[in-house]
Amino acid sequence: MVTEALFRSIDQTEPQVTIEFNGQPLDVPAHMTLAAALLAAGVRQTRNTPVSGAPRTAYCMMGVCFDCLVLIDGVSRQACQVRVKPGLRVHTHSPVHIEGDTDA
Amino acid sequence: MTGETIVVGGGLVGLAVAYGLAREGQSVRLLDQGDVAWRAARGNFGLVWVQGKGYGMPAYARWTLGSAAAWPRLAQDLLAETGIDVHLHQPGGFLLCLEEAELAEESRRLHWLRDALGGDYRFEELAPAELRRRLPGVGPDVVGACYCPADGHVNPLLLLRALTMAAQRRGVVLQTGCDVQRIERQGEGYQLTGARQIWLGDRVVLAAGLGNKALATQVGLNVEVTPNRGQILVTERLAPFLSHPTNYVRQTAEGSVQLGDSHEAAGLNDSVSASVVASLAQRAVMCFPRLAGVQLVRAWGALRVLSPDGFPIYQQSRECPGVFAVTCHSGVTLAAAHAFELAPWIIGAARPEVLGAFSDQRFQQVSGEASHGH
Amino acid sequence: MPEQIEVLILGAGPAGMAAALQLKSLGIGVRVLDEQRSPGGQIYREVNNASSARKRLLGADYAAGGETVAAFLASDIDYVPNASVWLIDAERQVHYHVAGQAQVVQAQRILLCCGAYERPMPIPGWTLPGVMTAGAGQILLKSGGQVPAGAVVLAGSGPLLYLLAVQYLQAGVRVKALVDTCTRSDLLSALRYFPAALKGWRQLRKGIGLMHTLRRAGIPWHRGASDLRVEGSGQATALTFETDGRQQRIACDLVLLHQGVVPNTQPSLSISAAHRWDESQMCWVAEQDEWGELSVPGCFIAGDAAGIDGAEAALVQGRVVAVGIALSLQRLSSQAALQHARPLRRTLATYRSVRPFLERLYRPQPALNSPADTTIICRCEEVTAGAIREYAALGCLGPNQTKAFGRCGMGPCQGRQCGLAVTQILAAAHDVSPAEVGYYRIRPPLKPITLAELASED
Repeated sequence: MVTEALFRSIDQTEPQVTIEFNGQPLDVPAHMTLAAALLAAGVRQTRNTPVSGAPRTAYCMMGVCFDCLVLIDGVSRQACQVRVKPGLRVHTHSPVHIEGDTDA
Repeated sequence: MTGETIVVGGGLVGLAVAYGLAREGQSVRLLDQGDVAWRAARGNFGLVWVQGKGYGMPAYARWTLGSAAAWPRLAQDLLAETGIDVHLHQPGGFLLCLEEAELAEESRRLHWLRDALGGDYRFEELAPAELRRRLPGVGPDVVGACYCPADGHVNPLLLLRALTMAAQRRGVVLQTGCDVQRIERQGEGYQLTGARQIWLGDRVVLAAGLGNKALATQVGLNVEVTPNRGQILVTERLAPFLSHPTNYVRQTAEGSVQLGDSHEAAGLNDSVSASVVASLAQRAVMCFPRLAGVQLVRAWGALRVLSPDGFPIYQQSRECPGVFAVTCHSGVTLAAAHAFELAPWIIGAARPEVLGAFSDQRFQQVSGEASHGH
Repeated sequence: MPEQIEVLILGAGPAGMAAALQLKSLGIGVRVLDEQRSPGGQIYREVNNASSARKRLLGADYAAGGETVAAFLASDIDYVPNASVWLIDAERQVHYHVAGQAQVVQAQRILLCCGAYERPMPIPGWTLPGVMTAGAGQILLKSGGQVPAGAVVLAGSGPLLYLLAVQYLQAGVRVKALVDTCTRSDLLSALRYFPAALKGWRQLRKGIGLMHTLRRAGIPWHRGASDLRVEGSGQATALTFETDGRQQRIACDLVLLHQGVVPNTQPSLSISAAHRWDESQMCWVAEQDEWGELSVPGCFIAGDAAGIDGAEAALVQGRVVAVGIALSLQRLSSQAALQHARPLRRTLATYRSVRPFLERLYRPQPALNSPADTTIICRCEEVTAGAIREYAALGCLGPNQTKAFGRCGMGPCQGRQCGLAVTQILAAAHDVSPAEVGYYRIRPPLKPITLAELASED
């Protein structure tokens, strides 16, 4: 869900790129980490906790807390450790699906 | 006479025995070490595993089968007494093989066991096509598997917590931060000495894992246990995909996947090594290729408690009647047997026939590497 | 056969860069592994990409850091950015991955310069979106020129809060309030260390200058605040707290928390180096000799990872420890090493002279060390303080049994966010010191790594 952004840029020009977020195109600032870019684009929640489903997003911005986990091309990554690239395919984090004897 | 039985060791073996004694109305004090200790109880895979166990000793196969059959009762009682569901699931397990020789050897052992148990031993040998039908997602490098319907798994840490709570609720006094160093006769009973404390009991059960060796010697028992390191990897939580346990890969109820089955004679060293971690990861990806992109979150090493032949020791001291040694490396699988079958014997009844094979005197002719199941 | 190198440095903040430059000047082979994409650590993050306007906003210290970064980049040191170390073994073999490729290197000496991270500050509601750390605010400013768009409250204690508030002012953002947990009693207790702190009067002057700027700007400043809670369902909507016995509530979209930083002990603990509990810094500190060598031979530590002394001290200490490493490699005589180190150690002592004062002044409030039962302590596994107290009652004496019983510390952050809090809660529950309670056993992987990346090592 995209709402009013918690952060804004103080830079004059701010080039944007288009990434894919939960299957939809999303314009985000170009020259920063994905976590910062999602915050700037007004995304307030990037994962639900596995224990209670509580909403979370980036907390420490330095790779320590893991609250900014997202899925990038189906792989769990910390958004604060990934830089924005055009066309990046990002999903709200949830437990990864693989094939087995159980219908997930 | 204090009227108290002291159990030394608060792992899965000690807790199950203490719980079982409390169920029989005994007054029990359990002594456990502090936060930093070897603790095989914290480092296991959670398998309630039957397949292949007891190769070379049918009594162990019977003991294991009995425990697996009694496990639902243990799980139910623990749920009723503590509210904790230990997630026992016994859907049958797969022993995946990545080499033909591995498959052939496992098949040979299972056939041996079936013969030794008079045919009362169910298993199936699965060719790749059938295996893939039952376990979609299994990789092309898996050459086959053996399936046993009695195999299952449980959450071992919830089991630890549930046994602790259940034991406490039945009046077991749990003392942590204790290090028992000496055991000797004291009147009609026994005195245990630690760094700063002394305990007195009518009976003593030594369930201290690797610590049993030093204590057992003091009462004339031969418990020559040695450490065998197992390393386990745990992944991030995944959506449920694997309800059957396998020897190499097991998905927990929380969704994380455990990868294991390594064996090393590393001495008293429970660290994690890069080479074993890499090979466990490689094997997991061979078993389920789609695990390739999954993140490893944590890893640990723990020390199995191995007797010279890998089978349990259940023995009352001859010099010190009333002192018992209880040791095994399958504290999870045998938890039900330990909880339900040992107490009467410890309290004073005749030793159950099935336990006759687990004497401490059987090792005279045995030498060399210990063999063990899973 | 893994690649052999002389010295491997983990971290390219002030300590790592200074040590690398010093070692290079002594003709010793160095490789620096860095999680970031460019040098500077957290304190000088992205300084080499910062415009002059950005540097002016962030202050003179930040800009000065740019010089060290420039020197480092120009020095042709073997610098590996975007590297994630997942295992260090006691024989100094280091496993890391860069761009999905696993690498292994065998070093004669290892230097841990992995810096610090925020002390956990578990208060009700701290896990809500809209709550971040003050450090996160700084990182967003440094690496993206991002400032709060709406109402923001800074809460906790420590100079970083004041620095951030001033930097925001420079950027045209007035924080709605500074909710300071420091009390008069903290100031009075800290005064006994003040005379010794005067040796570091330059640092003190900076701090006083910051507070003066904030006061002049009329930023609402609530002192002696207690019982902090974040309100909101799904996201933060307000911070409530108590001052002078009165309940207060400040509506806001963003709460930035801070109560100091603590050494990143994950790498040093993972190699089983000995650590001690430092009662003044209220955290675990690796045991190290006068050259920064850990109890694990051949492994050294410098910078905030060795104990919180700040960036300027780290620049100096990095050089001292580099001299120690050179000595240990017998590339310097004992006499030459002492000679090299003497003036550096004197400078270091000056920087350190303010620490006892600052540490006492900004000491976390006791109440913050005993959170209410319903407060989440382990963010990853959502284990509450109450649950931890239950496990203590069941006989768990330390964090490892507690972890086994309750899963705290088992999540992806591996105890970085909860470890200190869990230790404190258990210490209070058993009425013993944190030193007696101990800490989590830290194991590899230090950072997550995919199974494919792991398998590619073989």
